[in-house]
Amino acid sequence: MSYDRLTHPLVRENGVLRQASWEEALERAAEGFRRNVAEHGPDCFAMLSCARSTNEMNYVGQKFTRVVIGTNNVDSCNRTCHAPSVAGLSAVFGSGGGTSSYQEVEDTDVIVMWGSAARNAHPIFFQHVLKGIRKGARMFAVDPRRTGTAQWADLWLGLNVGTDIPLAHAVAREIIHAGLHNEAFIERATSGFEEFKESVEPWTLSVAEQVTGVPAAAIRELAHSYARADRAQLCWTLGITEHHNATDNVRALINLSLLTGHVGRYGSGLSPLRGQNNVQGGGDMGAIPNRLPGFQDILDPGIRARFESAWGRPIQPRYGHNLTEMLEAMAEGEVTTCYLIGENPVQSEADSLACIKRLSMLDHLVVQDIFLTKTAQMADVVLPASAAWCEADGTFTNSERRVQRVRKALEPPGEARDDIWIMCEIARRLGHDWHYDGAEEVWNELRALSPQHTGMTYQRLADLQGIQWPCPSEDSLEPPYLHGRLWENDPSKRGTPAPFAVLRHSPPVDLLDDEYPLRLTTGRRLDSYNTGVQSSGFASPLRRGETVELCPEDAERLGLTEGEEVRITSRRGSVTAPVYIDPALRPGLVFMTFHFPDEVDTNSLTIEATDPISGTAEFKAAAVRVEKLVKAG
Amino acid sequence: MIPLQPPRRLIDVEIDGETVRVPEGSTILDACAVAGKDIPTLCYGDTLTPKNACRVCVVEVEGARTLAPACSRKAEKGMKVGTDTERARQSRKVVLELLASSVDLSTTPRAAEWTKEYDADPARFGDDAATVEQPAKVDNELYVRDYSKCIMCYKCVDACGDQWQNTFAIGVAGRGFDTTISTEFDAPLTDSACVYCGNCVEVCPTGALSFKSEFDMRAEGTWDESKQTETTTICSYCGVGCNLTLHVQDNKIVKVTSPHDNPVTKGNLCVKGRFGYGYV
Repeated sequence: MSYDRLTHPLVRENGVLRQASWEEALERAAEGFRRNVAEHGPDCFAMLSCARSTNEMNYVGQKFTRVVIGTNNVDSCNRTCHAPSVAGLSAVFGSGGGTSSYQEVEDTDVIVMWGSAARNAHPIFFQHVLKGIRKGARMFAVDPRRTGTAQWADLWLGLNVGTDIPLAHAVAREIIHAGLHNEAFIERATSGFEEFKESVEPWTLSVAEQVTGVPAAAIRELAHSYARADRAQLCWTLGITEHHNATDNVRALINLSLLTGHVGRYGSGLSPLRGQNNVQGGGDMGAIPNRLPGFQDILDPGIRARFESAWGRPIQPRYGHNLTEMLEAMAEGEVTTCYLIGENPVQSEADSLACIKRLSMLDHLVVQDIFLTKTAQMADVVLPASAAWCEADGTFTNSERRVQRVRKALEPPGEARDDIWIMCEIARRLGHDWHYDGAEEVWNELRALSPQHTGMTYQRLADLQGIQWPCPSEDSLEPPYLHGRLWENDPSKRGTPAPFAVLRHSPPVDLLDDEYPLRLTTGRRLDSYNTGVQSSGFASPLRRGETVELCPEDAERLGLTEGEEVRITSRRGSVTAPVYIDPALRPGLVFMTFHFPDEVDTNSLTIEATDPISGTAEFKAAAVRVEKLVKAG
Repeated sequence: MIPLQPPRRLIDVEIDGETVRVPEGSTILDACAVAGKDIPTLCYGDTLTPKNACRVCVVEVEGARTLAPACSRKAEKGMKVGTDTERARQSRKVVLELLASSVDLSTTPRAAEWTKEYDADPARFGDDAATVEQPAKVDNELYVRDYSKCIMCYKCVDACGDQWQNTFAIGVAGRGFDTTISTEFDAPLTDSACVYCGNCVEVCPTGALSFKSEFDMRAEGTWDESKQTETTTICSYCGVGCNLTLHVQDNKIVKVTSPHDNPVTKGNLCVKGRFGYGYV
């Protein structure tokens, strides 16, 4: 199904949404926030900011939350995908961005694609990988599925879902036992090596083979190639992060880079590939509950003071709720009003039925979007926004930390308005007379507050086709990779050593048993995107709708034929979908996308077991059974 | 900042009597650009390895027996190049006459201008000159293959193949005048390996490959480049950050291209970035 753009504000009257004027809708939106905050205090408010929108919109969104309302309850769909990468990287290096640039993948010797179907999910990044392969780099694909990425690999390591830590540990142990670890780097730039070494000791190649399903020789090959390479890139995507212990998964991979010194140098680094156009920027702009713009820690009194004097309002000295905690707080009645900008949690969150229930408990829900999504249909006020990437000016930040200009090419339809204008109008009604003359004014305010963006004027961004952060000065550019400090000779320049993490293997929460014997994992296809709201708008010849993909062996065992409608049941829900037989899957593994939630609500099957550190849910591992449909009567 | 390439020496080259200085490894075409010479090109692609197929960019190099294709021949120290000599002009004229007599160049940018400039007469081979005329292949909703406009420059094959996309959905089939660009067994695109990235359309110099939106608007007579604006922005799908140039006519996106010198995309896109704009 394709969606029509929203062209008028809507307000709820007698239970139904009806068209309204901007004046009425803005007044209703502001009144609800005012009423709830007066009654319950500022922490009853939560904002979900839009990872699809510009940095400028995210900056104003978090400022609205912190200044107009006075809470830190602001988050984005970042939580559903890469928050663990940010949490893991910032715990080790003090900065949550990927450490390398795309160009470095072309100039490296070994590329490890871990849990990343980049060939289909990040096709243009994969072109850089292909350039690297064509120049002689070896590529390893670690993925339960033999994906399009794996088809280009020298070696495919098809591990069991949720056994990334055992595999990483076995690789680490093999590197250490073969004497291939970088002793000088470990000594000078890291901490906690002895404990780490001890913790991986049980993971011999043969133990790891039993747990992960990957042959010992393949694990050995990966370990030796990665450790011996002059330069090596470790890239990952949601196969690592959509697990209940996702931050640990990320730390397990970072451990490997510390062990071998494959970080902080040109061509060697860690690259989490972000799934949404501006999910990196949303976090950088402070649209997360624990950071101020510029990824600056909210607990640091000096940093808070700087923002307080710029904004003229005290900032709460504590972290706000993340998305997962917001949803819980809605259930507890602590969060009573919510401002959702461009997010569709009803269809994107794991365990979608629970999410609907929680949103319906809110006293006042304002949704600002370009479509009347399932989430917007539940709102009290719906505000029609412009599509950031082509109907607004501003910037996005990509997976290599490159800030690039977004430019307005189209007029938004009907009465749809720019996100920043809408937020300023609501702020004005809540007693803050905000006005910005365009996105550049917002950007310059941000540049004054965020040292890593200070040198990025709009003019420079245009001239240089984007600039990677950090960029503290208008006169110079930093290297394209991060953490070069780890290689400094002078210990004071080297800074805080990067800590190894001691981790435990924790298998997926949703256990397989006789009733639910199959492992369901989810992902994207080349021509479709997330909940399909955007990608349903063009006639892709590749699209075949939702299917449940099984390997030929499982299909034969269950007596299923291609195209046959079957029932898929997890401990939380049940859906039907046609069978698609895919020899790239292994026995026991089934695959579905989440692109067609109106036809097949895949996320009614997935589990809401979340990572305690970052709050990301385990979309990648549910236990299901697949059954033939029986005709009634 | 990227420590991989040694610094390149600068060399002096003489273009039509004027000395210009270019980095070692530059082509004659690069040197001509520095000298402000406008050399016609068709099969040359700024993101592709030169194929030397069309010969329309030939120049005369002093001391060389044959004319040299400017797009691929490297400039050398002290080289003396004539871009507008009698011999070079005659060669370009014949190339244009042969191409224009057999291929529909109506949508090739600047073809008409060059025909006039080189005094080419495509009609001189007579009415029964062989042509590649054939109906356009319209087999999907995203892009159209009109091989009556194909000059066999191979750019689409290179873009689809090992130079960029590595999908290998199309190749060269046949021999001699009957050579064509084809999918495997000439199957429709929908039965081929095509992933609809449109990177072949991006490099096509003649409009043989065109977006369905453009093809339909041209058929209706509503395609009007003078009314179009081009705005470069960032794709709204995944987090790679590809640059898109939106071609907008009457507040509607009619075509999406990508800047060839961009460090993220190098002129390439995927099916979502290229075609996934229908929702706005």
